[in-house]
Amino acid sequence: MFEKMKEKSRQKKIDKIEAEQCKYNKIKPATNVIFNIILAFLAFLAVVPFVFVIAISLTDEQALRTYGYSFIPKEFSVSSYSYIIKAGSDIIRSYGVTITITVVGTILGVLLIGTYAYALSRKTYAYRKFFTIVITIPMMFGGGMVATYMIIARLLHLTNTLWALILPMAMNSFNIIVLRTFFNTSIPDAVVESAKIDGASEWRLFFQIVIPMSLPGFATIALFLTLGYWNDWFNALLYIEESSLKPLQSLLMSIESNMQFLKSEGLKLGLSVENMPEESLRMAIVVISTLPILVAYPFFQRYFVNGLTVGAVKG
Amino acid sequence: MKESNNSTLPQKRATAWSRFKANKELLLLSLPGGIWFLIFAYLPMFGILIAFQQYRPEKNFLLSVLHSKFVGFKNFEFLFKSGDMWIIFRNTIGYNLVFIVLGIVLPITVAMLLNELRNHGAVKVYQSMMFLPYFLSWVVVSYCLYAFLDPSKGLVNNILGKNISWYTEKDYWPFIIIFMSQWKGVGYNTVVYLASICGIDKTFYEAAMLDGATKWQQIKYITVPLLRPVITILFIMSVGGIIRSDFGLFFQLPRDSGPLYPVTNVLDTYIYRALMQSSEIGMSSAAAFFQSVVGFALIMIANKVAAKIDNENTLF
Repeated sequence: MFEKMKEKSRQKKIDKIEAEQCKYNKIKPATNVIFNIILAFLAFLAVVPFVFVIAISLTDEQALRTYGYSFIPKEFSVSSYSYIIKAGSDIIRSYGVTITITVVGTILGVLLIGTYAYALSRKTYAYRKFFTIVITIPMMFGGGMVATYMIIARLLHLTNTLWALILPMAMNSFNIIVLRTFFNTSIPDAVVESAKIDGASEWRLFFQIVIPMSLPGFATIALFLTLGYWNDWFNALLYIEESSLKPLQSLLMSIESNMQFLKSEGLKLGLSVENMPEESLRMAIVVISTLPILVAYPFFQRYFVNGLTVGAVKG
Repeated sequence: MKESNNSTLPQKRATAWSRFKANKELLLLSLPGGIWFLIFAYLPMFGILIAFQQYRPEKNFLLSVLHSKFVGFKNFEFLFKSGDMWIIFRNTIGYNLVFIVLGIVLPITVAMLLNELRNHGAVKVYQSMMFLPYFLSWVVVSYCLYAFLDPSKGLVNNILGKNISWYTEKDYWPFIIIFMSQWKGVGYNTVVYLASICGIDKTFYEAAMLDGATKWQQIKYITVPLLRPVITILFIMSVGGIIRSDFGLFFQLPRDSGPLYPVTNVLDTYIYRALMQSSEIGMSSAAAFFQSVVGFALIMIANKVAAKIDNENTLF
């Protein structure tokens, strides 16, 4: 009993010393305040421009024309958003295009990357080395913009199809490496081996054991893909001319000519063109095209950070 | 000798066949991805050969490649004789050098500040906010910038009370480009470096502290040396990419404004404009070939140099 108490008090003493040392190694409170100010300023700087855009989108058009853009709306108005709902048929269609390529592309990409990464993660796979080299070479050498354009536009004739937006982004070496690393660390060899002994085919193994066991890894890859597709404008710039196939980001780029279209749409619906909230409308389209990312951001950030650190360390 | 060779050949074939049979399920799983890489990564590597051709488009791409005349390095001659090339290379490499330095110094500084904070709850908030710009597309960022720089309604002119035509005055743009690239990228790189800093064994710091090392000494003798592998790898990759640039940064932010070309035209925007706007396929494919080959050589050299300095910190 006595021994135990002695032990306990000794432990307490050690804890206390450690705590003191920790405290000692921490920065001084004054320095902490300075660091906080610097970081808060940087964090503020990072989000302010987008907040500004939101503010403009919610300002009355007349106020924008007379006072210019300002952080606090001189006159609050949601007319830009109601205009989109009333006359923004092409905006809604572009939204549809973006959602389609994002969903189809992400599913396709996850399947392609998942199967490939799984095969690479299997140590008994005889062609593992070959397929590793296949993904390593493109990380160092690529055909470049012109040759890629020629293959996709002239050889495969994918111009003005949604495939031109989906296929080129479905895979890349980085995502495969991230997922392969995830498989290597999260699925013990013993699990695979015992399933093989029980006579499971590789298909079954992949779909019924590997996928359920590595959902966070798949979530990370799916997020990388989703974000890539949602924000893509480059492929549309190269391969899409047909306005009905333009994704949101690409519509945003050609917004000035779209203003004319919105005007004519508005005229058809009997809205007065002089009152079209052009300035705030522009920013409102920017806001609605980014909104899904902002809403989902708090939920997916964790997976994103995990994937990044895996890829950066192991890539 | 000959006889034994003859006898092992069928045997080898037999083992290759049985190896195939044993691996055919996994092969089937990696095949779709392999085909993707063949089409979208390897075919363009051969398509690069049109840089040596006087390319004449026909209905069928393969036929037009076969029928086009090989002209050797003529396209490259044209490319390097055109007066813009010097400016384009200066811009591409100049900006990238600045980006490489800032891309290491800024995120490591921010990561260290975050790591030292006593209020841990705030770390997450700051980090999340700084990471946000990374998730916005360059198109969206260009509108954010426009809100500040629009000559008549923009916030900057409003505050300054001046009438600066931001989108035609090229003197401001080197600063704007550099600022915006760091604005968008610093959060991303901070995440990478912060993860590495958190991974450093805490006992190093405890030991150093017991020996009376100051914070500054701890950073200098523990944190920085232990970050070296990560820094080296990211450095190799950025040196390998020194003649590539973020297309969106140089294309979207200046809104394709002609008067700004002298300070915003880089190799990628040049290739794009030559391909899509003036359809000079010869010049653009020569520039793209140059970019691919030199980029490859640079990665190899950077990796060799890194191996010389420290054997463990290489990319491959």
